[in-house]
Amino acid sequence: MSPLQVLRVAVRALLRNKMRSFLTTLGVIIGVSAVIAMVAIGEGAKARVEEAFASMGSNLLVVLSGTTSASGAHGGFGSMPTLTWDDLKAIRSEASAVRYASPQLRSNQQVISEDQNWATSINGVSPEYFLMRTWPTAMGSPISQSDIETGSKVVLLGQTVVDKLFGSNADPTGQSVRIQKTPFQIIGVLGRKGQSATGQDYDDAVFIPYTTFQAKIQGGLQKFIAGALMISAVSSEATTRAQNQIATLLRDRHHIPIGAEDDFSIRNLTEMASAQQEGVKTLTTLLASIAAVSLIVGGIGIMNIMLVSVTERTREIGIRMAVGARPRDVLSQFLVEALALSIAGGIIGILLGLLAANRLAANFGWPILIRIDVILIAVGFSGLVGVVFGLYPAQKASRLDPIEALRYE
Amino acid sequence: MGKPLIEASKVSKVYRMGDVDVHALRDVSLTINEGESVAVMGPSGSGKSTLMNILGCLDRPSSGGYWLVGDEVSQLDRNALARLRNRTLGFVFQSFNLLSRTTALENVELPLLYAGVSARERHARAHEALEHVGLGERMHHHPNQMSGGQQQRVAVARALVTRPRLIVADEPTGNLDSRTSVEIMALFQELGRSGITLLLVTHEADIARYASRVVVMHDGRVQSDERQTPLRAEPSPAGAEVSP
Repeated sequence: MSPLQVLRVAVRALLRNKMRSFLTTLGVIIGVSAVIAMVAIGEGAKARVEEAFASMGSNLLVVLSGTTSASGAHGGFGSMPTLTWDDLKAIRSEASAVRYASPQLRSNQQVISEDQNWATSINGVSPEYFLMRTWPTAMGSPISQSDIETGSKVVLLGQTVVDKLFGSNADPTGQSVRIQKTPFQIIGVLGRKGQSATGQDYDDAVFIPYTTFQAKIQGGLQKFIAGALMISAVSSEATTRAQNQIATLLRDRHHIPIGAEDDFSIRNLTEMASAQQEGVKTLTTLLASIAAVSLIVGGIGIMNIMLVSVTERTREIGIRMAVGARPRDVLSQFLVEALALSIAGGIIGILLGLLAANRLAANFGWPILIRIDVILIAVGFSGLVGVVFGLYPAQKASRLDPIEALRYE
Repeated sequence: MGKPLIEASKVSKVYRMGDVDVHALRDVSLTINEGESVAVMGPSGSGKSTLMNILGCLDRPSSGGYWLVGDEVSQLDRNALARLRNRTLGFVFQSFNLLSRTTALENVELPLLYAGVSARERHARAHEALEHVGLGERMHHHPNQMSGGQQQRVAVARALVTRPRLIVADEPTGNLDSRTSVEIMALFQELGRSGITLLLVTHEADIARYASRVVVMHDGRVQSDERQTPLRAEPSPAGAEVSP
């Protein structure tokens, strides 16, 4: 018998019991659609995390100053300034794995326009900061090196601040705002950046030259940096190297003896990102495994019904054997029936799974990510389920004795 | 009358039932020539069904030799037996054994399907076989839409569609009324005239009279084996059969 013939005979046998065939495949349908929906959800979550970290900036390190410890109570990192402006210069010139470095001095202040005011975070940064965070200006011009050198009173506004002070889509370039009674000229507006991984609004901030920040917001020039250093490595592979170079450099400059604790701390944001991605991946694997278990349960359902079917059709098997069906003809017929059930279930399951993934993605506001490889694996797996769980009943059928089978009532 | 088609030599069959050995056949030797029509008779338990199963290649003897068309078949494996059943033999059963929910045409095509005949030829030959048994009009009916006689004629068509050398019929008229039985026997006699050998198991002496030879079995042995002039089966006039 040609494979096509076998398939035709199998499909006809299945269509004779439409309801039963459908109910049998239901297990596989649910299993496959669950796998696909779960993986799509996991991929969506992963993409969401990636997006959040990408908007934070690429290959970033944050260097914080050390801690104070007064009468046994340890302050947090940054509670005692230990990083100096000379440290920043040294990092820029000596650490080869570092591409950009910028201070980030931060303070929460009221920003006042002519008729509105808004409390937001004031950031003193250098021009490199925006390169590191791949954050271009949407309107006007960015902070320039000469702004740093002259300590000019210019400000870049985040979108949220523009919305609050001037209304959405306004172009306030050229107008001025006051921060702590000092008038700043608005030289530009930054593009919309969105939310951080933790839900913090990146656009709710304003940026001024760090020299101006020191002079006007902090008051007075200081030797120490009262904030953090933001550093980007030359590549994502180089982040760990940059981290080590900075640590060695700073320990040397701060004369920390071997074995003593650092008086600063370096956070590798790339590592944080990959740790979070790892978590999402674990979750996806877990969900997909549970779904895969349901697929196996579906396979057992197929085996169960195929066994019933073999018993029910014992006489048919006898007739087929009497007219010349070989054991392997009977085997392939029942195997193909099981396969047809499981693959039909697989295909329906894919459609349902895609539908479910779409709905869920729409609900969570995630990107829809359909992975072709997962679909192929799901189909392959459901086919495998059909073969594995169809084999036993099919073998049982093919080993029937024709005489016994013909006598079976 | 022709060459030997079947040669059974000291064929025995022993079944094990629990601790007891049941000797269904004891040293049965039998030669059947091509073109003969042999009725095997005997009470139930006499071994006639076992003999038929072995001669029909559905079962293998415990000991002894069995040659079918010159081939020793007692040692063949299941695949080879299936091939013989498919190519050389045709079966007709008491309970028709047609596939339900399958048309007459498809039932007749079934042996050709396993013979690997192309769809077109299958169709043509099944068509021809059904015409031959007078069911050209009912090809697309299902077994449950047909009378017993019609179903048995479908079974005969299925048996002869592969152009076999031997047709094995197990109580083919057991479920039929006497007039329909005669019709079926007439059909068998017609096949006999075209050279097909018939092996007929029956317990009805009336039916055995249509055969050219009667073998009576008793306790697993051949009790008597006699040739006779067969009674010619005269079917009722066409159209006399009552349709369901």
